[in-house]
Amino acid sequence: MKQHYSIFTLARNAVSYHEKWTEAWRSPDPKPSYDVVIVGGGGHGLATAYYLAKEHGITNVAVIEKGWLGGGNTGRNTTIVRSNYLWDESAHLYEHALKLWEGLSQDLNYNVMFSQRGLLSTAHTVHDMQALRRRVYAIQLNGIDSEILTREQVAEYCPILDCSPTARYPVFGASLQRRGGVARHDAVAWGYARGADARGVDIIQNCEVTGFKIENGKITGLETTRGSIGAKKVGVVVAGHCGVLAGMAGFRLPIESHPLQAMVSEPIKPVLDCVVMSGQVHVYVSQSDKGELVFGAGIDSFNSYSQYGSPPVVENMLNALTELFPIFSRLRFLRQWGGIVDTCPDASPIIGKTPVENLFFNCGWGTGGFKATPGSGHVFAHTIATGEPHKLAAPFALERFTTGYLIDEHGAAGVAH
Amino acid sequence: MLLIPCPYCGKRDEHEFTYAREGHIARPTNGEQLTDAEWAQYLFMRKNPKGVHYERWMHAKGCRRYFNVARDTVTHEIYAVYEMGQPAPVIERENGR
Ligand SMILES: Cc1cc2nc3c(=O)[nH]c(=O)nc-3n(C[C@H](O)[C@H](O)[C@H](O)COP(=O)(O)OP(=O)(O)OC[C@H]3O[C@@H](n4cnc5c(N)ncnc54)[C@H](O)[C@@H]3O)c2cc1C
Ligand SMILES: [Zn+2]
Repeated sequence: MKQHYSIFTLARNAVSYHEKWTEAWRSPDPKPSYDVVIVGGGGHGLATAYYLAKEHGITNVAVIEKGWLGGGNTGRNTTIVRSNYLWDESAHLYEHALKLWEGLSQDLNYNVMFSQRGLLSTAHTVHDMQALRRRVYAIQLNGIDSEILTREQVAEYCPILDCSPTARYPVFGASLQRRGGVARHDAVAWGYARGADARGVDIIQNCEVTGFKIENGKITGLETTRGSIGAKKVGVVVAGHCGVLAGMAGFRLPIESHPLQAMVSEPIKPVLDCVVMSGQVHVYVSQSDKGELVFGAGIDSFNSYSQYGSPPVVENMLNALTELFPIFSRLRFLRQWGGIVDTCPDASPIIGKTPVENLFFNCGWGTGGFKATPGSGHVFAHTIATGEPHKLAAPFALERFTTGYLIDEHGAAGVAH
Repeated sequence: MLLIPCPYCGKRDEHEFTYAREGHIARPTNGEQLTDAEWAQYLFMRKNPKGVHYERWMHAKGCRRYFNVARDTVTHEIYAVYEMGQPAPVIERENGR
């Protein structure tokens, strides 16, 4: 077992000037074969490996990552966590994740800096407000916290938001999920990696999967840039690259890959103590612990695998931001970046079996999968371990595109993350 | 920012266009004979390639006509622009991606 992190280890290491911390996980060479190989070392892949070991006792597992841990969307996202989705299937899945978030730092013995600072979704037209009410009532019926604020209550809750009647995007009201918030993205990847490694999982970075070995419709292993690796079961969790990996396995997905951009401002003193998002005018913002404002917008319209986007999207987002928050209009940008998101026609993920036996995919989280990381890993580990979908994951099977049982979450997930 | 050569108007900034996604997807003419899985292929399944993508754009703030583009989804380089109804050109590239 690795060194346990606590106030005492912190004090002890302070005495030695923090030069004696041990590595958080090993970097072994790949073994010839594993019971389970997880492709993709983002939060979802690492969480899957962690729960495989912790909940199912399956420890002969490798996580194969082509770059570095969390270097995909996990380390590029704006870290909004919430569970206010419209349909029962999604509400249950995201709420399962939110409950795991609430105990995650303790469970992992790693501070993921989960901050339930409250999440406000604003409405700017009569129809927007009607849709928002419908969603809040549905969420409440699922026993999940969500409430409606009037314009006056919004102005009180978030004073820097322009709620004046003459605003270009007048605020008609908002929904509030008090248990929503943000977390530290890298820490989620690192915490799961450390926890999985401590239970025997091999974490292999700088190793790209380049093909699958499939015999009689059944997976037997993978080709990688560090040689072939045998595997009884394979779980693919590669976000924007899921189409590429599906192509290697000989099938197609209902997914297209798009850039999603985000950016941060220069750091300023605390000014925003909640998360604010507006699906109507396409912007969401929170303030990091360092003081930077973190914003994001909608996807770039075209298919792309380049991790940058186009300026018109940034311009639209900044228009919306400065109309909603005139106080931000003179801030300077620090950085801007993009990630490649895997968007699905119904804005819901795909979790489960594929046409190839013992090959499982977990993808399609698109613009909003960070919040699901613990829940996604948890249900996917169950699906891989037992060979049958976890009951929360079952509705999200690939077959829904054949049966027509789509789970349309564009209202809750379209622009909002 | 993409600079897209509209076949009718010439080179214009990306923000004048709307993206109309993967091209050359023909609606099945024998719809009543298709299985649900075949419908799913037509309606939802996409190539989503890392490399050349044959796609449609519409010049929304210009001539408002649709046309096809062959574009690299990694470099964003536009290899060819051609009218609706034309077959997809074969793109030979040095890096072979
Ligand atoms: C700008 C932006 C903002 C976002 N904001 C939010 C938000 O506020 N809230 C929210 O809930 N979600 C948000 N998201 C979405 C969220 O980031 C993702 O849904 C989630 O992080 C996906 O996690 P993952 O582990 O599945 O994927 P990733 O973290 O992308 O991990 C996939 C990994 O697979 C690896 N990989 C790919 N191909 C191969 C291969 N052939 N071999 C080996 N490894 C491979 C990649 O290198 C990558 O590390 C945002 C996304 C972006 C880009
Ligand atoms: Zn034109």
